[in-house]
Amino acid sequence: MSPFSPQLEARFRELMQRYPARRSALVPMLLYAQDELGWLTPEAVRRIAELLGETELAVREVIGYYSMLRTEPAGKYHVQVCTNISCLLRGGDELYAHCERRLGIGHKQTAADGVFSLEEVECLGACSWAPAVQVNYDFHQELTLEQLDKILDAYAARARGADPSQGQGGAGSPGPRTALPVDGSGSRGEAALGTRVQEKS
Amino acid sequence: MTKPHPLETRVVSRRFDQPDAHTLAGYLASDGFRALDKALAMAPEAVIEEVKASGLRGRGGAGFPTGLKWSFVPKQSPREKYVLCNADESEPGTCKDRLILEYDPFAIIEGMLIAGHAIGARRGYIYIRGEYRYLLDRMERALAEARAAGYVGKNIRGRGFDFELHAHTGAGAYECGEESALMESLEGKRGIPRLKPPFPAVSGFMGGPTVINNVETLASVPAIILNGGAWFAAFGPPKNGGTRLFCLSGHVRQQGVWELPLGFPLRKLIEDIGGGLRDGARLKAVVPGGSSTPLLPADTAWNIHLDFDSVAKASSFLGSGGVVVLDESTCMVKFALRIMQFYRHESCGWCVPCREGTQWLQTSLTRFHNGGGRAADVDLMKEVSENILGRTFCALGDAAAMPTLSILQHWRQEFLDHLAGKPCPFGARTSAAGAH
Amino acid sequence: MADPALVHLTVNGQPLQAPAGTLLIEACKQHGIEVPSFCYYPNLSLQAACRMCLVEIEKMPKLQTACTVVVSEGMVVNSDSETVHRARKSAIEFILTNHPLDCPVCDAGGECELQDMTFKYGAEKGRFIEPKRHREEQQWSPVVYFDRPRCILCYRCVRACGEGMDVWALGVANRGINATIVPNHQDHLECEECGNCIDICPVGALTSGAYRYQTRPWEMQHVGAVCTFCGDGCKTTLGVRNGEILRGDNRDKSGINGDFLCIKGRYGLDFTRHPERLKQPLARLNGELKPVSWSYALETAAKRWREIQKAQGAIGVIGSTRILNEEAYTLQKFARQVLATANLDHHRTADFPALFDALAGRTGAALARLDDLKTAPAVLLVGGDPTQEHPLTAWNLRWGYRQHKTRLYILNPGDIKLRRQAYRYAQVAALEAAVRYLNGEGETQSQPLTGVAEPSEKRWPQTPASAVAVLDEGLQDFRARLRQEQDVIVVFSGDIAGDTVRELVAFGNSLSGQTRYIALADHANARGAADMGLYPDLLPGYAPVAAGQSGLNLEQMLAALPNQGLASLYVVGANPFRRHPVDPAALRQTFLVVQDLFLTETARAADLVFPALCAYEKAGTVTNTSGQVQPQRRGGSCEGAKSDLEILHRLAAAMGETAWGPADPDRTLQEIRAQVKGYNLPLAQLLAGAAPLALPLNGRVPRAAAPLAPQPNRDTLFTAGSLGRYSATLNGVMEGRKPGR
Ligand SMILES: Cc1cc2nc3c(=O)[nH]c(=O)nc-3n(C[C@H](O)[C@H](O)[C@H](O)COP(=O)(O)O)c2cc1C
Ligand code: SF4
Ligand code: FES
Repeated sequence: MSPFSPQLEARFRELMQRYPARRSALVPMLLYAQDELGWLTPEAVRRIAELLGETELAVREVIGYYSMLRTEPAGKYHVQVCTNISCLLRGGDELYAHCERRLGIGHKQTAADGVFSLEEVECLGACSWAPAVQVNYDFHQELTLEQLDKILDAYAARARGADPSQGQGGAGSPGPRTALPVDGSGSRGEAALGTRVQEKS
Repeated sequence: MTKPHPLETRVVSRRFDQPDAHTLAGYLASDGFRALDKALAMAPEAVIEEVKASGLRGRGGAGFPTGLKWSFVPKQSPREKYVLCNADESEPGTCKDRLILEYDPFAIIEGMLIAGHAIGARRGYIYIRGEYRYLLDRMERALAEARAAGYVGKNIRGRGFDFELHAHTGAGAYECGEESALMESLEGKRGIPRLKPPFPAVSGFMGGPTVINNVETLASVPAIILNGGAWFAAFGPPKNGGTRLFCLSGHVRQQGVWELPLGFPLRKLIEDIGGGLRDGARLKAVVPGGSSTPLLPADTAWNIHLDFDSVAKASSFLGSGGVVVLDESTCMVKFALRIMQFYRHESCGWCVPCREGTQWLQTSLTRFHNGGGRAADVDLMKEVSENILGRTFCALGDAAAMPTLSILQHWRQEFLDHLAGKPCPFGARTSAAGAH
Repeated sequence: MADPALVHLTVNGQPLQAPAGTLLIEACKQHGIEVPSFCYYPNLSLQAACRMCLVEIEKMPKLQTACTVVVSEGMVVNSDSETVHRARKSAIEFILTNHPLDCPVCDAGGECELQDMTFKYGAEKGRFIEPKRHREEQQWSPVVYFDRPRCILCYRCVRACGEGMDVWALGVANRGINATIVPNHQDHLECEECGNCIDICPVGALTSGAYRYQTRPWEMQHVGAVCTFCGDGCKTTLGVRNGEILRGDNRDKSGINGDFLCIKGRYGLDFTRHPERLKQPLARLNGELKPVSWSYALETAAKRWREIQKAQGAIGVIGSTRILNEEAYTLQKFARQVLATANLDHHRTADFPALFDALAGRTGAALARLDDLKTAPAVLLVGGDPTQEHPLTAWNLRWGYRQHKTRLYILNPGDIKLRRQAYRYAQVAALEAAVRYLNGEGETQSQPLTGVAEPSEKRWPQTPASAVAVLDEGLQDFRARLRQEQDVIVVFSGDIAGDTVRELVAFGNSLSGQTRYIALADHANARGAADMGLYPDLLPGYAPVAAGQSGLNLEQMLAALPNQGLASLYVVGANPFRRHPVDPAALRQTFLVVQDLFLTETARAADLVFPALCAYEKAGTVTNTSGQVQPQRRGGSCEGAKSDLEILHRLAAAMGETAWGPADPDRTLQEIRAQVKGYNLPLAQLLAGAAPLALPLNGRVPRAAAPLAPQPNRDTLFTAGSLGRYSATLNGVMEGRKPGR
């Protein structure tokens, strides 16, 4: 009856206890539910409303407010290109236009094969490492068009199963955060921000 | 990890080059939680006094004196009190809190514990923007370690101090960085700001007295307690205590985040740390403190010092420390448009002037950038921005109006040039932004 | 010296006073200074969203919203400066950015606040050239339509639905410029269909399926009438065009119901236009009901009744709970004087005689008005489900909870929605035993609570947890807390009667402070029927009939029918055969006369049917369940039908009663004021709609020899006895709710 895995249900139970009122857990629950299912299905909305003792309307009102939450599926890899000011000044628009051309999709669209979806996003908090792209939850920064291509190649390969480190993540899930090509990105000496992809697993 | 720059003064960032500071062992090895021990031995009022003495002003944007804010919390309260950390960092041009969350998460925890002791709170939450998932994970690991070692939870350090602390994720909403919208969001609601008064110190999260501070503000606290308020204050000019993280981006050779004493000359930041402008280009303008601050034209910018009062004197704000450098190739119409797209997208939609005004301004700016529009619209845009300014429910409306007004004021000619069909420095391309 | 609770301020140079805590916008309004607003609405939460009410306040750098600022001593305000005017103009300009200018085809045209404000404060001419973002209109329910571009996001509807109705069926979706009001089920609305959202909408974004596109507001006459459905007696302003009632609304908020109306008061009145309305008398000729002339029908009735009287046959009279006081009074007079029978009754839904008997000897205010529930510190509600059966009562209880933190104690066998506002809720197996326990008799253990753990359906997003009902604590705590109350209104339904009512009152009177009572009876004039003496044993004002003179009650009359126990039965505005079907064969010896709007089950079995006007088509007074008396005004008309009063007078004349003269409600009212205990109310107050309270306390009310327990009607929001069946709107809503749709 629950659309969620037992682990996620358990996590929800724990989350709801963290606050003076369980409704506080709503936004995290929605995001974690989306991580698992790829999007917020009607069943997910119903279940979360039920867990919190809220109406589905109350849950939907919240979903519609937050730009990361979606009620439709996205691609397995959701490519989010920042074009806000710092990135704009360093080629964010070009990266975005390149993604449109290469993936053949526009803003908030998903490719027919379901591998990639694209979104032009607002500032990602990577301004001093501009231009930046986030794929699912992974940051890729100080990108050139060539580096972007390599990154997309790697994701595409992973989607085909060509990448041995590939995990079991469902559509739109963040996927395993293991070795992705981040070469060159992060020109700031030790490239700390660029290499964090490895640290996260 | 980041290596210090010779011109930096590392206080908040003092552990940024320490590879294991994000682990409890690493943190403890470098003064970790010593400030907490010291603070717990102090009376709460004394802690607040020390913070007041430091001259620390909020690093989230508004620059409100932190010690003063803490002192507004009533001592006795029938409702539970809370400490919240604002890690929503979404102001374009700003990416400093991210580094603290990454390299020194325990400093945030320690700062919050001290704040909790100071105001008599027993619970806190760290609200981290949804895009920073890896930092949420990192913070949760840090919290788990701290909890296991008795730094979070019941009877901390055997001193009868209880403090429960959790990390909490947002899900994509700049407005949730506004303190009262953040509290709504933390209560599981839409991020609509609240009416003020009452202010959070009186009635905040769940109606309880609440202190809410920026990541950097809280992370500055342990050093202040450890070394004394006067020590911190001495780094900067009067009333502008201490150091802060500046995020340099845009058309500079070397982008990055550096910790500098307040009052640091902007020119030195751009030239000596940022390596000057890229490709030897000439400076056109600087965004001094994140996208909501009025832009400074080159001649003003070259002579300014980075502290709250100096920047205010130049009709802008130090804001969140996001310094964005624009060279002469920048199309100011496009820049204004991109800023407006952001605020239109992030407007919560609650109040009329912000909701309708940002939409109209975006439409109008788009038309201009595409070479359309009417000459009269330049003045109309100014008037519409003025009609937003100071009339909205929260400061987001001001944030949208202020940079726009500064661009219309200083670079009005570029709008007329677009109308006249002169080639746009950026070309006439408009991104798909605005479709959303 | 000025009252210390008053604050002095200056607005536009004019010195004003206002009680501390008053919102600036209200203080200005009280002194005739209009500060325009859209999102502000009295008694709903503050939004400060439209920014229309910005004013200058000295020592404040920015303009301030008058809708949120509380007056303070020495405050200096300017609401008339150049800056303020510019701000208003710009607020309207922003609001109009995407508002379609389709006023000529908009239902709200002529009663649109945006239209009025634009006229008063707006710019002459739009400066924005952008095309408007069009969206198709949406139908959310049989009653509610939504036109998104017209919506100005004032959030009034959301608050009226949530805070006012506690339904929470409307919300806000999306963010920023895409924000929009949405219904609870994505593309449709499931709610109480009260229509308050439509009424409160300042523009034409929400319109009603029942009224839209029928007329323009200025083509209608607006007649303040009293709703003819439940016993609460809301005022509804009828929109009448050419004698047809097109809508009911509440925009002038002048009635006892303030802002409130439920679906029936607002849209249920379409029964008046139902094609099956009776417009001609019918007589059974050769076994079939055929239209006949009024004179034929009247003479036939009189002739048969005189014959029956001569033969000493028994006649029974069943009166109505929907006819006006003047008619009920005249009906009992007709029964007692003209038909000379004591067999007289009506469908009782609450035990008023027991209440007034129990209150005998109480001095001071013993009865509460329905609106007292809005401010009562504590209320004890025994039985019933006001949300469904008494929507205004429920609204008032919610209001009290919201504005004054009323402590609501509920004793109920079921799980009713008002539990959400309850301070203490005891779900008990048997009300009688629980009341006895309250009154100090019986053991709490002997009457276990039914023990429902959690309310089944939680839909009150903003109810603080502390206010949610406490179960399972036992009646002991319930009683202990009640005993500490100083000022309680006891409200009880027809679920309890007789001695239980007396015990409840004994308990209430034993409390140390003041205790007042309200009995909840169904139908618009149930209380009037009782007060006017439609009883076999009680005269108007609950005066007892002479010893040994009481007649058959309703049940006894119906029971007598199969045995030919009644030679004639005269039924006025009631449909007893719906609840107690009677075999037509059994009626062969009974001359059945029915007076009604429709051919009901009872009318279908009649020998003679008189077509009657409904309450909206005649003048007189009605008494709501708490005893508030209000004037009924004539709105619509129905060619061919006559008022019950007129029919009674004509029948009396046909029967040879010469003293009555023509029907005249005013004269009858004078008689009531003179004759009926508790009704000598100040005429001016009464006619002005002040709804004065009738107090028919008359000393002990004797117990009937064969007591008849009330039978609550158990109506829901969408049913209303026999009448509701003729409302297309109510039926439409019911239809939409059938499972499987
Ligand atoms: C629209 C808006 C967005 C904001 N976003 C942030 C933010 O992302 N991070 C932050 O620390 N403060 C943000 N602020 C400022 C906060 O409201 C608040 O002033 C701050 O968290 C207080 O902390 P401080 O005193 O330590 O700066 C924002 C304010 C506004 C009006
Ligand atoms: S200014 Fe108004 S619409 Fe804009 S974010 Fe603030 S409250 Fe929302
Ligand atoms: S009425 Fe004050 S802002 Fe709308």
